[in-house]
Amino acid sequence: MRISLFITCYNDTLFPETGKSVVQLLERLGHQVEFPFEQTCCGQMHYNTGYQIEAQPLLGRFVEIFKDAEVVCIPSSSCVAMIRDHYPKMAEASGDTELIRAVEDLLPRVYELAELLVKKLGVEDVGAYYPRRVTYHASCHSLRSLHLNDLPLRLLRNVRGIDLVELQNIDQCCGFGGTFAVKNGDVSAAMLTDKLRCVENTRAEVCTAVDNSCLMHIFGGLHRQRTGIKTVHLAQILASTEDEAHR
Amino acid sequence: MTIRVGEAAEAPSFQKAAFVLLDDTQLRKNVRHATDVITNKRAIVVGEQHDWQQLRSAASAIKEHTLQHLDHYLLQFEAACIAAGGHVHWAADADEANRIIVDLVKQHGGKEVIKVKTMTSDEIGLNKAFEANGVHPHETDLADMIIQLGHDKPSHIVVPALHKNRQQVREIFMQAMGLAELGDKPEDLTNAARHYLREKFLKIKIGVSGANYLLADTGGVCVVESEGNGRMCLTLPDVLITVAGIEKVIPSFRDLEVFLQLLPRSATGERMNPYNSLWTGVHKNDGPQHFHVVLLDNGRTRILADPESRQTLHCIRCGACLNTCPVYRQTGGHAYGSIYAGPIGAILTPQLFDMQHSQSLPYASSLCGACYEVCPVKINIPEVLIHLRGRVVREQQTGATLEAIGMKAMAGIFLSSRRFEAAQRLGQIGQWPFVSQGWVKHLPGMLGNWTAVRDLRPLPKQSFRNWWREREKSSAKKESVHA
Repeated sequence: MRISLFITCYNDTLFPETGKSVVQLLERLGHQVEFPFEQTCCGQMHYNTGYQIEAQPLLGRFVEIFKDAEVVCIPSSSCVAMIRDHYPKMAEASGDTELIRAVEDLLPRVYELAELLVKKLGVEDVGAYYPRRVTYHASCHSLRSLHLNDLPLRLLRNVRGIDLVELQNIDQCCGFGGTFAVKNGDVSAAMLTDKLRCVENTRAEVCTAVDNSCLMHIFGGLHRQRTGIKTVHLAQILASTEDEAHR
Repeated sequence: MTIRVGEAAEAPSFQKAAFVLLDDTQLRKNVRHATDVITNKRAIVVGEQHDWQQLRSAASAIKEHTLQHLDHYLLQFEAACIAAGGHVHWAADADEANRIIVDLVKQHGGKEVIKVKTMTSDEIGLNKAFEANGVHPHETDLADMIIQLGHDKPSHIVVPALHKNRQQVREIFMQAMGLAELGDKPEDLTNAARHYLREKFLKIKIGVSGANYLLADTGGVCVVESEGNGRMCLTLPDVLITVAGIEKVIPSFRDLEVFLQLLPRSATGERMNPYNSLWTGVHKNDGPQHFHVVLLDNGRTRILADPESRQTLHCIRCGACLNTCPVYRQTGGHAYGSIYAGPIGAILTPQLFDMQHSQSLPYASSLCGACYEVCPVKINIPEVLIHLRGRVVREQQTGATLEAIGMKAMAGIFLSSRRFEAAQRLGQIGQWPFVSQGWVKHLPGMLGNWTAVRDLRPLPKQSFRNWWREREKSSAKKESVHA
């Protein structure tokens, strides 16, 4: 399958290794990956912070860049949520009938990575090897917007060598929330402390998720407290094989 | 018009209030314990209701329909209530409602009133108006009584004294009731409250209540509660005055079938409320002989006019969104500065004020969506929060704040991949003053809130797109070599 990758602005800038893993994983599974160079950002941060006027043109850009894609893969559930939950409304509000139709037409081809693998490509065992103790953090958007449920866990359970441990209070927000983490830094810190306690209680070496945004937040706390626990995106675990380990 | 929402107009921002409250060890322990208990109870009784999602949809549809025809149903309620012997008053704002209620009490020669289940009266500041006019109000709902006797403020929609534990309640009771001795067991406290309240119930002849539902077809009013103190307040006085927001009307008695299943399970994790009081007008020699309903607007029609956030008025005040909210669970209700706390308060309070106050509240959420998931009337609170943030940005800011400048600049950068790439390179170079030993530990300005408790990995030298570009180049080279 010809898969167009929307890497997202923060993965592109801060977490290139996640993007590399997505490419390696999908190619290993026999697919052809494309990366349209014009792409930038879905507009989520602007939209959610109240800068909806500023986010509007980013909708048009996204649709223009990906309209001919066979499928779009996005390794970030919150960006998928932005696109799925808000693009139709934004298009509607613009009154542009062509844009409304284009969004409607494109949305069914947009997938979060775990969704793409399990639902579209029908793979649960991607042939990965990752000999570490791992706990999975379910991001809020993956749970309550995408309803991924146990899709990421099904993928993880098939990873060879992995010691997968359940995270307590898995449905509790880590306190990131985009600009919430700086606008309400104190409450966010309190929420993070709860999350870190649960992560540490698992005695995992690695905490994974389908969103690097949550992981950036969780890892920020784990590293500040020198816990020695790492965070890696699900893609990096799934890309790891016995020949090549991805941290 | 003076819109009042308790004392929210004078409250500090959410951030400032939260900063102080996060230090209150006892409060945090109490709030966590209470919300855990209710959340778990709720999960059990919701889980056993196989048609829960259909009930939610039905409730949402009833509310949506009612709000679309609110004028019709309010007038129908008024006519039916009057026909049954009640009186209906219309109040545009808090002052008008207070004036109507105080005048009614004076007409009946009252110096004291008993009150139950009326958050709306807290919204309009009725107790203050009473005291200014020489009328003493007695709260009779146990939690409201604890708040009143302790000169405190409610911190939860359903369990207003949730931030107090029984040792604290014991102290309040001893001081306010002048008791030399009192145990801290639930039975001890209940007995003390019963003793104190029974005397009031029998003596005071004017009652003030809120309403859970106003029934348009019968002109009836419904109040649900757990203690029976409400039943006393609603049946024993000669005069009963009910104050209710205009959004409390539902078309018919039959609609209670839906709401009386949803509300108790969502609110307290009970299958049914112990006391469900329903009354219609007045009945000779049975219950209050004078019955008044005050219908309050106080900013509600303005919310109704906004199609994006109208759903806020669906709220049946169950408090489920508070109990599940990870923000509320850290701070408790006082941080919201309003009698309406938690996620629903974060959207309701600023809207009642037409966004003139409480602008920090729409930002008091990580948009995790837990509130929407539990809401029995399907209010998409995150969606409304985002809409209100948009109003804050568009209406309140002059456009010159650092945040606005930064956000607008970033939006401009995202419009072109070349500009975006240039910004990435600039970031890679410009970050070095903030990097020490390979980590970012101190950032300036608002970003310092991040590094206060979190480290940040510096921007890697190579972005994903650069890696991709190099890969393309090398594979093109390989191809040309093979060719």
